[in-house]
Amino acid sequence: MVSLGKDLTDIKAKGEERSAKAARGATTLNTLAHGVEARVVSVEGEGAVARRLMEMGVVPGAPVCVIKAAPLGDPIEVRVRGYHLALRRAEAQTITVVTSDK
Amino acid sequence: MSTILKSPAPVQEAATTATMHVEARPLTVALAGNPNAGKTSLFNALTGLRQKVANYPGVTVERKEGLWHLSPDLPAAQLIDLPGLYSLDANSIDEQIARDVITGRLASVPLPDCVIAVVDATNLERNLYLATQLLETGRPLVVALTMIDLAARRKLEIDTKQLSDALGVPVVPVVATQRQGLDALAEAVMSAAESDPPATGWHLSDEAERELAALAANFHAANGDANGGEHDGVELSRSARRYNALVELYAEELPEAAAERHEAITAARARLSEGNPRWWQEPLLARYEWIESVARGAVRDNKPGRTSRTDRIDRFVTHKFFGPLILLAVLFLVFLTIFSFAQLPMELIDGSFGKLGELVRASLSPGLLTDLLVDGVIAGVGGVLVFLPQILLLFLFISLLEDSGYMSRAGFLMDRLMHGVGLHGKAFMPLLSSFACAIPGIMATRTIENPKDRLATIMIAPFMSCSARLPVYTLMIAAFFTGSNWLGVPVGVLIIMAMYLLGIVVAVVVAWILKHTILKSPPPPLVLELPPYRMPNPLNVLQTIRTRSWMFVRRAGTVILAISILLWALVTFPRMDDAGKASGASAQTTATTTTTSTAPPQATDERATATTGAQREETVQPAAGASQVAEALKNEEGGDSGAGEQIRQSYAGRLGRVLEPAIAPLGFDWKMGIGLIASFAARETLVSTLSIVYNVGADATEESDTLIGAVRNARRADGTPAWTPLVAVSMMVFFVLACQCMSTIAIVRRETNSWRWPLFMVSYMLVLAYVASLITYQGGRLLGFS
Repeated sequence: MVSLGKDLTDIKAKGEERSAKAARGATTLNTLAHGVEARVVSVEGEGAVARRLMEMGVVPGAPVCVIKAAPLGDPIEVRVRGYHLALRRAEAQTITVVTSDK
Repeated sequence: MSTILKSPAPVQEAATTATMHVEARPLTVALAGNPNAGKTSLFNALTGLRQKVANYPGVTVERKEGLWHLSPDLPAAQLIDLPGLYSLDANSIDEQIARDVITGRLASVPLPDCVIAVVDATNLERNLYLATQLLETGRPLVVALTMIDLAARRKLEIDTKQLSDALGVPVVPVVATQRQGLDALAEAVMSAAESDPPATGWHLSDEAERELAALAANFHAANGDANGGEHDGVELSRSARRYNALVELYAEELPEAAAERHEAITAARARLSEGNPRWWQEPLLARYEWIESVARGAVRDNKPGRTSRTDRIDRFVTHKFFGPLILLAVLFLVFLTIFSFAQLPMELIDGSFGKLGELVRASLSPGLLTDLLVDGVIAGVGGVLVFLPQILLLFLFISLLEDSGYMSRAGFLMDRLMHGVGLHGKAFMPLLSSFACAIPGIMATRTIENPKDRLATIMIAPFMSCSARLPVYTLMIAAFFTGSNWLGVPVGVLIIMAMYLLGIVVAVVVAWILKHTILKSPPPPLVLELPPYRMPNPLNVLQTIRTRSWMFVRRAGTVILAISILLWALVTFPRMDDAGKASGASAQTTATTTTTSTAPPQATDERATATTGAQREETVQPAAGASQVAEALKNEEGGDSGAGEQIRQSYAGRLGRVLEPAIAPLGFDWKMGIGLIASFAARETLVSTLSIVYNVGADATEESDTLIGAVRNARRADGTPAWTPLVAVSMMVFFVLACQCMSTIAIVRRETNSWRWPLFMVSYMLVLAYVASLITYQGGRLLGFS
C-alpha cells in the first residue's frame, strides 16, 4: 500500500501539472466534507481493491461526492457517476480528490 | 446446476432449414450485466423461466439457462444467464465463471454465438464498463438497454442510435416487465450472431500496445501445443488473441494456464512499470475515457443534481440514529410475525396430518405396514412440514428485503461491526439468509472475493439459527415456557431471541478467532453498491419463495422421509420377543384394545408403569414386557407402557443408552439421545424422532397425547420428569451451536471443494455445543434451576 503522505510528496517532487491544484484543494476522499462535489485525481494502492474501485468508475477525472457516513463513522457512502457506492475510510484514503468548485 | 424448461410456444425445428440463412443449429446466447441492471427480469421475460430477482448485488450466483424462441423459424436458442458482475477481471468466482463462459473455456457450455450486455440506462457509464470488456472478448455483442422508463422519469435523455453508433454494436431498449423490445432484441441477436464482431474503440499507449501485440503473437505460437483449455481445433481469431494477451498482461496474478509465457509477461510488465509506475491502471483509464466520450454524445441529463426518492428514503434508513433503530425494528418485526402469523396454518397442517394418520390406520388392517405408514411416514413428514408456514414467511421477508434494496443498506449499517470481527458488510447478506437456511446463505458467500473471508463466513453461517431449528425451539417453548410474561413480552419469545443472539455472539467470537489464526488475512475491503430502492416485483418474490420452500419440502420428502423410516425401523426392531407377540395376538382378539405393542404403541405416559419395579430392571426385559402387556390389557384406554419397553430394547434404544453416559451431564436421557443421533442428519428430525420415540400416534386427540404433552409427561427410570425447563434450554443451546445438517455439510464440501473444511466445521461446532450445553445444564443446577 502506498501511503498518502508519500504520494503527496511524490506529486510535489515530480511537479506534475496537477500539483498546482493539489497544493490548493487536494485532499483524500475520507476527509472530504459531506456534500462537496469533487473530482478524483488519482487512485493509489495496488491490488484487487484499487482495481475494483476503478472498475466501479472511481478513476481520475470522475466526479465524486461524499453523501454520509454509516452510524459508526465507517463506511462512507459516496455518489460517483450517478450511483451510490459504500466504501470504507481505509479505501477512501487511497483516493486523492480535488474540490471542483473552480 | 442448470435447468432447461420448455417455453409454452411450440418449437418448429423441422420447418426451418430451407428458408433461413443461418443453419438450423440452436444458437447459444449469454446474458451478462451488472447486478441490479434488470438482467434477471429480462431473462425471465425471454425464457418464461422464472428465477430470482433481487436488488442485492450478486445474488444470482448459480448459472441459469433457458430456451429463448428467437423466431418461429429457428430452433430455440440456449440462453445462459450469467451471474451479475461489474467486470470480467475475475476478482470473484462469479467473474471467473462469466469470463470462462463467454470465452468458451467451460467444457459444459458451448462458445456463445452472441453475448447480450444488459445495460442500465440510469447508470450508463458504470454499466458500459462491463460492455466495453465484453467487446474486447471479440464475441458478437448486443446491448439491451434496461430501465429506460426510469431514465425517462429522471429526465435522462438517451439517444440509442447515437449510442449504438459510438459503441459499434446494436443497442435495443427493452422494458422486460411489459415485454417491450423483446422482438427487436431477438432480431439484433440473430443478425449479430452471423456478423463480424466490432473492434474495441479504445487504445493503450504505444508502449503498451507494442507489448500486447508481441504477447498476442507469442500466444499464437504457444497455442499450437498447449491450448490452455480452449475448445480444441478452434483457431483463435486476431481479436481473441489480443484479448488473451490483454487479460494475461494485466491480470493481478500470473495466469496459471500460461506457465510457458510467464517469462515474457513478467518482462513486459517490468518494461511497462519502468515508464509508468501505475502501468496496470492504463486499460481501466482507457476504457472509462472511451466510455465518457460515448456517453457524452448519447446522454443528456435534463435535470442534474436532483434529489432522488432513494436519497430521501436513505435520509432515514441509513441515518446515524434512525438507521440502526430501523434495522432492529425490521428484524424484530420479521421474527415476531413469523412466530405469531404462522400459528394458525401450523395448527391446520398439524391437524390434517393427524387426521390423515387416523384415516390410514382406520382403512388399513393393523400390521407392520400400517404402523410404518402412520408412525414412520406420516408422523415423520408431518412433523416437519408443519413448519412450512414459518419458513415461507421467513423467505418472504428475506426476498422482500433483497428485492427492495434494503439488504445492501443493512450491509452498509452493519459493516463496521462485521469489520471489527474481520468480516465485511458483504458477509451480512449470506449470514442473514442463513437465518432461513444455511444452504442459500453459504451459496451467497460467492460474492465475497477473498477466499479466506469467504471461508470464515461459511464456517460461521451455521450458527445463525436457521428455520430447521425453529421446530426444536418451538417445541421446547410450547412445552415449558408458555403462558408467562416478562415485562409484557411472552417468555417464549424472549428465550427464542436469546437463542438467536447466542448463535450470533458465538459466530462473532469464532469469526474473530478464525480470522486471527488459521484464516489470517488483511482486513477485507468493502466496495458495495447501494442500489436505488425499487418496489419488489410480486411475481419475483413469489417465485423466490416457491423455489426456496420447494427445497425445504423436497428435503422433507427425501432425507427426512428416509430418516423417519429408518428411525421407525430402529425403534421397531428387534421386536419384542414372545411377550410382545403375545400382546399382539391378544390385541387382535381383544376388539377393544386398539393399541398393540407389536407396533410402537400410542402413548408414552410412563407414570403408570414407573411404579412397576420391573421397569427399572434393565436386564429383565422379558419379565418387564410381560408385566406391561398384562397391564396394557387391563388398561383399555391404551395408556400402556409396552411402548417404552419396546423402544428401550430396540436398536435405537440400545444406541441411545450407549450414548447416555456421554450426554447425561447435559441433562439428556437416552431417548433424547436417539433424537440427537437422528438430528445430525437434519435438525428438525428431532421433532419427528421424539414423536416416534414417545410414540405420539396419529390417533392422538387429547392434549396429553400430543408431542408437547408427551414431552411434559415423559419420565426417567426413577420417575422424575425427563424434561425440565433447564433440560429444554440445554437442548436448545445444543441445537444453536451444533452443526446437525447433512445438507450443510454437503454444500460446504461442494463450495470449498474439500472434505477438510466441512469436517472441521462439524467437529468444532460439536465441541462447542457440548461444552455450552454442559455449562448451561450444570451451571443452571448450581444456580438452583431445574
